[in-house]
Amino acid sequence: MKLEDYELRGTALRSSDIKKGKVLSTSWEPDLKYAWDNGVAIGRYLAELKAGQIIGRACHKCRRIMIPPRMFCELCFRPTDEWIPLEDTGTVNTFSIVHVNWDASRRKKGEPPLIPAVIEIDGASKGMGIMHMLSEVDPKDVKIGMKVKAVWKSEEEREGAITDILYFKPARAKAGKRRKQ
Amino acid sequence: MTNRVAIVGIGTTGFRPVTPDVSFRELIFEAARKAYTDAGLEPSEIDGFITAAEDFVEGYSIADEYCPDQIGAVLKPTQTIPGDFIQALATGYMMIMTGAFKTVAIEAHSKASNIKNVDELTGFAFDPVYNRPLRESPHAIAGLEMMRYMFETCTSADQCASVVVKNKFNAMHNPYAAFGSDIETIDVLNSEPVSLPIHRLDIAQHADGAVVAVLAAEDVALSLTDIPIWIEGLGWCTDTPTLEMRDWGEAVYAAYSAEMAYRMAGITNPAADIDFAEICDEYSYKELQHMEALKLCMPGEAGHFVETGVTDISGELPINVSGGALGVGHLFEASGAHKILELVEQLRGEAGMRQIPDVEVGLAQTWRGVPTATGAVAILSNF
Repeated sequence: MKLEDYELRGTALRSSDIKKGKVLSTSWEPDLKYAWDNGVAIGRYLAELKAGQIIGRACHKCRRIMIPPRMFCELCFRPTDEWIPLEDTGTVNTFSIVHVNWDASRRKKGEPPLIPAVIEIDGASKGMGIMHMLSEVDPKDVKIGMKVKAVWKSEEEREGAITDILYFKPARAKAGKRRKQ
Repeated sequence: MTNRVAIVGIGTTGFRPVTPDVSFRELIFEAARKAYTDAGLEPSEIDGFITAAEDFVEGYSIADEYCPDQIGAVLKPTQTIPGDFIQALATGYMMIMTGAFKTVAIEAHSKASNIKNVDELTGFAFDPVYNRPLRESPHAIAGLEMMRYMFETCTSADQCASVVVKNKFNAMHNPYAAFGSDIETIDVLNSEPVSLPIHRLDIAQHADGAVVAVLAAEDVALSLTDIPIWIEGLGWCTDTPTLEMRDWGEAVYAAYSAEMAYRMAGITNPAADIDFAEICDEYSYKELQHMEALKLCMPGEAGHFVETGVTDISGELPINVSGGALGVGHLFEASGAHKILELVEQLRGEAGMRQIPDVEVGLAQTWRGVPTATGAVAILSNF
């Protein structure tokens, strides 16, 4: 017997029934507030971003230069040893062309898609970097392995956050433009 | 070969009201590194890892994903128990008893100072339909319970205040404790009324800190240390969450948890067989109510015990020599961890100024706090 052959008893619910309060529910808006201590490693990382510098941390045992920096090596399980200033350039490890917003609503007509990317930062160990956004680039031109450079907020606007970098843009395209001029 | 499980390593950061200098990862790394060094093992040699943590307390979803790095568990079997450290200890014990794991590390921490409105978080645990719309402070639940407990057992507010005096005094001898002080019962009774009969000083304040313990199967334990601390008994249970139906006078969850642990440990006369205990005192009366539920004394006798010094460090049955939650701090999921830490240090004879002489069997008991009726008990020995 197929589903449609069953006689469904009762009255179907409509969304208007719920809106009119015919079906009762209880709602609550939580008001939870947190302020996470950044600690030594991420505290310094953010302070350096405010100063316009990307910084990593080295473990002398496994010889990795890690970004985001950490005060302990999670693999050697010992304290890390040294701060290492890194470049604000890197290589796209992977990316996506995103047509929806943070809340899953669709991007409005005319709004360009978002391009999140994982960027391996120059000077850090292979496979380590920053998750950020790409811009000043046609989505069709974004490639894995592409060289990119950070575009920073102005010094006055920077506040010690990952958003002190506005986005990354292609490093070669700029050089190419210069050659044309 | 008997089939036993021991604690072979333990490490802690100690406990402080705030820890703005370190992230939760850096805090936990310190405890983990100390525990592994204490055990003589590297995390690469440990078979499994457990963290006791709850998303709402951590402040992000799927908090278990953020656990591996700081305990050395990257790409190793790891899991999170959304409960107290003693419940995680029970899981670790069972993992080893299966034979599939020889060593398991267990972590719990508190970064309570990072929660900016703790009472809102606690209130969020109320049933959203029956209870939360009344917008009662979480402390009201404890007030209701303390009132009924005092009524049923003829315990006085002064006796409850004696718990605060004892535990805060004990905490002054514990370098890990955050809230040691030398006060009198009148100070407790004169502190601001919160949810009568509860006053401000009847309530444990929150603290930050981390503890990591390493468990091992008997053969491994004996090869690692001369003083393995054996897990003799474990028990845990949860009463109905319905506030309208639960027993308000007695801590039934604690009584059943203890019965389970005593049965496993072969303990028939707890008051005689337990040398000392670390039991939940997140509110002053809870220590007394829990003592009775654990059968460490007769119903209605606990207040008299604390008043006459029986539960002092030099008494016949020392309770919360560490300072308890009132002296050390309320540590969320790590509440049981600080009690296990105290048991291990006492049973190893490493408790310094607060060492109780000649102890062999200790009991740790926790409660999940208002509005829960969840408890867990662990019994440890050094022989």
